[in-house]
Amino acid sequence: MSFKRLWAILKARNYEFFRDHSAFGWNFLFPFLLVAGFGIIFGGKTYTEYKIGVFPSESKQVSIAELNIPQRFKDMQYLKFIGFPNAAEGLEKLKHHRIDFLLKTGNGPHQYWVSDASPKGYVVEQMFKASLFPAENTLNAEKKEIQGSAIRYIDWLFPGILAMNMMFSALWGVGYVVVRYRKNGVLKRLKVTPLTAFEYLTAQAISRIFLLMFTLVIVWTGCDLIFSFNVQGSYIDLFVIFFLGSLSLTSLGLVLASRGTSEEFTTGILNFISWPMMFLSEVWFSLEGAPGWVKIFAKIFPLTHMLTAARRVMHDGAGLIDVGQEIMILSLMTLGFLTLGASLFSWNK
Amino acid sequence: MQPILEVRNLVKKYNQLVAVDGISFALRKGVCFGLLGPNGAGKTTTIEVIEDVIPPTTGEILYQGKSRSPSFKEEVGIQFQSTALLNLLTVRETLQTFQSFFTKTITIEELVELCRLGEFLDQYNDKISGGQRQRFLMALALINRPELLFLDEPSTGLDPQARRNLWDLILGIKAEGKTIILTTHYMEEAQYLCDEVAIMDYGKIIAQGSPDELIRQYSRGITVVLPRERYALKANSFPLPVREVKDTIEIKTDDINQCLEQLISHDVDLSDISVRSPNLETVFLNLTGRKLRE
Repeated sequence: MSFKRLWAILKARNYEFFRDHSAFGWNFLFPFLLVAGFGIIFGGKTYTEYKIGVFPSESKQVSIAELNIPQRFKDMQYLKFIGFPNAAEGLEKLKHHRIDFLLKTGNGPHQYWVSDASPKGYVVEQMFKASLFPAENTLNAEKKEIQGSAIRYIDWLFPGILAMNMMFSALWGVGYVVVRYRKNGVLKRLKVTPLTAFEYLTAQAISRIFLLMFTLVIVWTGCDLIFSFNVQGSYIDLFVIFFLGSLSLTSLGLVLASRGTSEEFTTGILNFISWPMMFLSEVWFSLEGAPGWVKIFAKIFPLTHMLTAARRVMHDGAGLIDVGQEIMILSLMTLGFLTLGASLFSWNK
Repeated sequence: MQPILEVRNLVKKYNQLVAVDGISFALRKGVCFGLLGPNGAGKTTTIEVIEDVIPPTTGEILYQGKSRSPSFKEEVGIQFQSTALLNLLTVRETLQTFQSFFTKTITIEELVELCRLGEFLDQYNDKISGGQRQRFLMALALINRPELLFLDEPSTGLDPQARRNLWDLILGIKAEGKTIILTTHYMEEAQYLCDEVAIMDYGKIIAQGSPDELIRQYSRGITVVLPRERYALKANSFPLPVREVKDTIEIKTDDINQCLEQLISHDVDLSDISVRSPNLETVFLNLTGRKLRE
């Protein structure tokens, strides 16, 4: 291997990326916008989970204070009340799941409508029923506080968004770019020079990993200034985990880049891999309670292991030894993907 | 003297299609060798197999008497018919990048001088004109001081002036003693640049030799052309063979003096006469019954 050749192609790839200002800017802006967007949605007081239609009402905007419905229902959190002039209009929205619950205002006995097909409707119904019990009823339950500091939703979501961004950047930035270069003949031109496939692919991977880590630091710092993330463990451990994760994702990108000259086909394959990975790696929601086979299936994705380890460090203060299993799996995946990618690689087909 | 390159019974098949059908040739050091033929004749496939871009189906390729080793890439220069390059790099940066790939290299200053790159050296490599691009690609092919240079249709798409400039550049390279293989479907290019030509058709070499030899062997005779509407020459009243081709009449002759005397004796006004010497185009026409660019 020649470091001179490796360095030359690495430099050329970095020039290409940094000079493509729109792609470069978007790489930073996209995760930042996602985090900021979710911060506004989930962090503020305006967030509503359930939509309640009330009628008769002259306008859609209703003043909760003036609504003639049970006081304790009004006081509940995460509810949004939307006015309808009559039952028919409200029922139309309920039928199409635009609202979760429809309630006729006035003194009791109260009338309400709910769709049997709506899980959210069921929950609101139980909330509504509970609000009708007299306040003096004592509950046969006692609320206990969670020990330690609570994990805010944004703290839980943030590593997921960063990891997801890394995944897309690694797969598309390597997979798609190399296939495009194969299609337009750049790889063919490089093939007839002494540059080896190993040198070329290593340069692509290093360039992408550098970019991923650079983006990680910038976006993390930027978002931290706004949201003040609560990190229990060590930042160095987090960095190591994200580094290993980006290594394995980039290596997976190299496998996808190893063959093919059709950008359309590669796009399909990239979507085929990245979408299930995005949904099953607990980026957006936990798989707790999902069927066992789904949880096992999710373990084939490097993103799952990176995220599990990162969240444990961030939320539980785990060290690298505590997440040793994830680190080992990520390392083995990297090795496997690199071997596969290198053995399948072709310059021109 | 040992040939610098020898190709023996080269065959390249794509499923049922035989792109190159058992061709053989050898190149002496310092010659400019042209593979001439119409589009689809197998010229590009032949040189891409020799360049080691694609593997042969069967056959043998010897460089300096031996099979090609990894050092082959260090010693040859290649210009493809169409090449995309690394995006968002200037001409200078692209040259520097390619320079780093090789052990023995020419300086950027020498390349700028040789290929006249000065005026666009700091422009992005995809923001230059067609003629500039061909000179730049030539510079890339020369960056490792190659002994053997492959040029695949180097002047396709260039205007006459840019083509002439490129030819001068190739002649300059040839004068340095480099061996050149070029493919072309321009017979005037082959005739102007090549010491030796192989005419390819349907994957086979149908004739090989120097342009003069080929013309002597396959295209005897000079053609005299006259506009038809003004000269009602009757084929049976004229002693030489007369052929009507579109708006002209053509007379083939081995003796131009005798032909002209006959025309004058038949009271033909020679003001609009044109005389065509045989060339590689007529060689190809005589060999295949088709024109090169049909």
